[in-house]
Amino acid sequence: MTDYAYYPGCSLHGTSREFDESLRAVAAELGIGLTEIRDWSCCGASSGHTTDHLLGVALPARNLALAEAQGHHTVLAPCAACYNRLSAARLAIATEGGLAQSISDVIGQPFGNTVQVRNAVELLRDAAVTIEEKAAATLAPNPLEGVKLAAYYGCLLVRPAEVCGYDDPEHPTSMDEVISACGADDIDWNMKVECCGAAFSVSRTSSVVRLGRAIIDDARAHGAEAIVVACPLCHSNLDLRQKAMAQRGEEPLPILFVTQVVGLALGLTPESLGLERHFVDTEPLIARLVEQAAARDAEERRVKQEAAAKAAERAARQKVGAGAGQKEGDVQ
Amino acid sequence: MTSETRRTLSGEILEATGINAATCYQCGKCSAGCPMASESELRPHAVMRLVMQDRREQALADGSIWLCLTCETCSARCPNACDPARVIDAVRELSIEAGVADMPRTIAAFHRAFLQQIRTNGRLHEMGMVMEYKLRSGDLMKDVTAAPGMLSRGKLSFRAERIEGVDQIKRIFEKCKVTP
Amino acid sequence: MSRIGVFVCHCGENISRTVDVEAVAEALKDHPGVAFATDYKYMCSDPGQALVREAIEENDLTGVVIAACSPHMHEKTFRRAVDQAGLNQFMCEMANIREHCSWIHEDRADATAKAIDIARTIVEKVKHNQPLETIRIPVTKRALVIGGGIAGIQAALDIADGGHEVVLIEKEASIGGHMSQLSETFPTLDCSQCILTPRMVEAYQHPNIKLYTWSEVESVDGYIGNFTVKIRKKARSVNEDLCNGCGDCQAACPVKKIPSEFEAGLGKRTAISVPFPQAVPNIPVLDRQNCTLFKGRRKGLAKEVCGKCKEACLKGAIDYDTEDTFVEEAVGAIVVATGYKLYDIGREQPEGIKGYGEYGYGEVPDVIDGLQFERLASASGPTAGAILRPSDGTEPKTVVFVHCVGSRDPEKGIKYCSKICCMYSAKHAMLYKHKVHDGRAVAFYMDLRAAGKGYDEFSRRAIEEDGAEFVRGRVSRIFRDGDKVKVWGYDTLNGEQVVIDADMVVLATAMRAQDGIRELAQKLSVSTDEHGFINEAHPKLRPVETNTAGVFVAGACQAPRDIPESVAMASATGAKVMSLFSADELEREPAVAIVNENTCIGCMRCADVCPYGAVEQREICAVDGHVCGHVAYVNPGVCQGCGTCQAVCLSKSVELQTFTDEQIYSEINALCAWE
Repeated sequence: MTDYAYYPGCSLHGTSREFDESLRAVAAELGIGLTEIRDWSCCGASSGHTTDHLLGVALPARNLALAEAQGHHTVLAPCAACYNRLSAARLAIATEGGLAQSISDVIGQPFGNTVQVRNAVELLRDAAVTIEEKAAATLAPNPLEGVKLAAYYGCLLVRPAEVCGYDDPEHPTSMDEVISACGADDIDWNMKVECCGAAFSVSRTSSVVRLGRAIIDDARAHGAEAIVVACPLCHSNLDLRQKAMAQRGEEPLPILFVTQVVGLALGLTPESLGLERHFVDTEPLIARLVEQAAARDAEERRVKQEAAAKAAERAARQKVGAGAGQKEGDVQ
Repeated sequence: MTSETRRTLSGEILEATGINAATCYQCGKCSAGCPMASESELRPHAVMRLVMQDRREQALADGSIWLCLTCETCSARCPNACDPARVIDAVRELSIEAGVADMPRTIAAFHRAFLQQIRTNGRLHEMGMVMEYKLRSGDLMKDVTAAPGMLSRGKLSFRAERIEGVDQIKRIFEKCKVTP
Repeated sequence: MSRIGVFVCHCGENISRTVDVEAVAEALKDHPGVAFATDYKYMCSDPGQALVREAIEENDLTGVVIAACSPHMHEKTFRRAVDQAGLNQFMCEMANIREHCSWIHEDRADATAKAIDIARTIVEKVKHNQPLETIRIPVTKRALVIGGGIAGIQAALDIADGGHEVVLIEKEASIGGHMSQLSETFPTLDCSQCILTPRMVEAYQHPNIKLYTWSEVESVDGYIGNFTVKIRKKARSVNEDLCNGCGDCQAACPVKKIPSEFEAGLGKRTAISVPFPQAVPNIPVLDRQNCTLFKGRRKGLAKEVCGKCKEACLKGAIDYDTEDTFVEEAVGAIVVATGYKLYDIGREQPEGIKGYGEYGYGEVPDVIDGLQFERLASASGPTAGAILRPSDGTEPKTVVFVHCVGSRDPEKGIKYCSKICCMYSAKHAMLYKHKVHDGRAVAFYMDLRAAGKGYDEFSRRAIEEDGAEFVRGRVSRIFRDGDKVKVWGYDTLNGEQVVIDADMVVLATAMRAQDGIRELAQKLSVSTDEHGFINEAHPKLRPVETNTAGVFVAGACQAPRDIPESVAMASATGAKVMSLFSADELEREPAVAIVNENTCIGCMRCADVCPYGAVEQREICAVDGHVCGHVAYVNPGVCQGCGTCQAVCLSKSVELQTFTDEQIYSEINALCAWE
């Protein structure tokens, strides 16, 4: 059982509770251990590094130092911003002259820069084979079979390439691979890595509405039935703020966390994945998908039954024919 | 690095980030892909030019640098690896130090509320932050309609999570000389 | 008994400003073995040289030391003067008191003392100099030209017209190179094939040119004037003597859908084909990778599954059982003219280069490169000269041209400017507008580089007369949006983002060195730079020579360049080759290594370390003829005088003339003996 130091970040304890819930549920299913870092603090997100470089490095470094002290080798940071800040801090400390020496004093504890940082998408991509196997083995038919999902990476999961490094920054495929492993159709679309407006969610919502609009339009134009995200801010900007972007008569587009998608494929209940916490109601979509899956399954079973019946009939006919032939032969 | 160069804006940026602004040949690729370009007067390549030309006053007092989303699109595509995102970060830091930061009121309020929350509790208490943001920005009606929905979905907690090591956090802020 | 003359040069003020040259001459007068010492303002001038000659005669000098500039500058000058006075020229050496002294020091007293030391050291060396004779080696007056593009063809024609035989080798089935793929050439808009094919035919028919197509250089041995080249003639499956170029085999071939390399992937060809109708020679090649018959053979099928081309051939020229054959040619000079390839923006890239993910990694069908556009514009191309979209064959009404894709991009790994793209993009915009009058041509550029004759006027024409829109700024992203191609660019002059819904985008991709160039360079012992371009001997003064004597370079394999420059370089190599062939023997400096066969133990360490392959093994035979051992032998024609063998020789048997151990030790002793 692989064990990670778990760094939920502030959003997963608040506005993106469902990301935390679904991640824990899926981790349990996949045999991934998550041990929350004791007394973790905020990574500083955008406000840290945009106002002060040292603060932007020190706040994440404290958490990495804690993980080190608590005996961990790898931290799982599901929030894209936290993941990016923790990884960026590691790189800065490794490359900027003098920082490696001074950082321990700034954060008030020893720091060896030995702990690695991973995000949820990376983790799930590495477990893709297991996900596919388990999805195939569930009793209920997979509601995600063939569903068109748009993988939305946003910016901080893939850029800068020197900080993230686990996927291509222009045409990433890791989340697509996870979606595909769940049996869904990871569609081709154009706004995969365009920023949603990030931290301007509260302070400059008009920008978020403009940027989010372009993202949702493009996903829809490519036939997406839902958008999949792995960042609390992307989720919030596209989910909470979708009403402000919506145009009259439009069907809202549900925004799902990648962990929720995996959970559904593994047969977990929508409640256990926090799917009722979204602003764009996910219930109609889930209900429709479950119904479609059940219908498809019933159809498959019916076809199988028919084929079995036909085969039995044919076998019976052959037996009779053979019997008749034998009688004639006896006479001879 | 002579003391002479340190006093110029390009010298300061070079010292703080290791980036030589003269490597920017003003191709405009960063600004072509910048999601906030349509809302900003000064685009990323223009900020690089101000740094190159040592126009300290103009650069530090500019409001557009606060509209940067730090989405890193500019830095990802720059042919000379000039890292405009990092340069803009550094210009912002100098701007605050010099006391001339022209932050739009809402953005200033957000950063201050955010950082103040962390300094006080170690973690972001979203409800507390939004309240402080409203007081500082004067935007009292912000997201008022969303609040009931947030509450019913279990996304808002009334109690802040205060960590044990909150003194460590205060100390970090002091060491970085940051007062939100 | 040595009688050495020392001549100290002022070099105008270059030396005398810092070194007290009179004092140096004075100090050397008293040095044991020095019979004459003087100083003079400009030793290299005519009076200066006369001074040396007179001093040799009047003082019976046995050796001469010129304390002046670097031997790179004037060693030849002084050696010639010494020779004219009847003294062996290799008894003359230079003591560098300029680059090694006056130019790098400031203190006059220190510099003067150092200059005296340097002069004394060389005097001690000259005491051990031996009179040497120039080495003479024979020259084979035949040239090899590698590459049958415009540069190779020009070089071959010039040398052949000069009366010498040329072996011209081309790896493709036809000569012509990339120029044969072009539609029109700038700045005249001449039809490219119209001006090229006459040259191609001339080269093919020239009595002095032996043409090998579908062939490659396998190995090269030897040295200047005496190269042996092994050529691999790849299996064509077609007998070149029997084929008459009728084309029946192509018509009969059932495999018709192979993407044509000549059409840059925009058209199709058959398995047996000539690359284009005007191919020289007009003899097809069978592509065994895609041929049905050969696929069957690879699967191990008993019966041949096709044979239509052979059936159709009335001349019986097709033979499925041919193999690669090898031919040896003896030549005296080699010209490398292998040309270029275009940068491909895809995901798969060699070490140190990145692709353009932001432009779609080459996966968007209507985003093409310059050579593909040339094929569209060509009357003989896949669309008969109509500009049509590869995706759906419709005429594009908005075409965007993007400059600098790959070039000037240190992040992607190609720092240099490819020189021709500004010109050909302007040309493309013009050709497009000439064919689609109501079309919109938009070009995104950084700087417009149009430095040749008539070039700037040409590129201005595109804007002023043909209505092409030039936007100064680069493009951040290109992607497919419905059936359009979205381009996100910037206008830095206006300060605006520019978004265009294009029908087609043409990328001006960087010019790069050909595949396989590093392997070829190794075979020729020439060096390439970090980008794979062949290194010239000197960037300013020796642009068509390499550091390997006898190997010359022309065209885009040395650096990105346009056709007039490639042709000029090719003719320059022709002149160099003819100058090489103008004498029956080549003279070489005797600064080569010589092995003392009496003391050589035959360990051959020298052969292992020799960078030029100049050391051979020579058998020692007893009087009755049986072999009793072997020793090393240095080929004086190949040896470049680097001295590495001398450094590793265990028995101290090999010595570099003019830098023997004795000479070097005497210099060291001289330096150490004085305080």
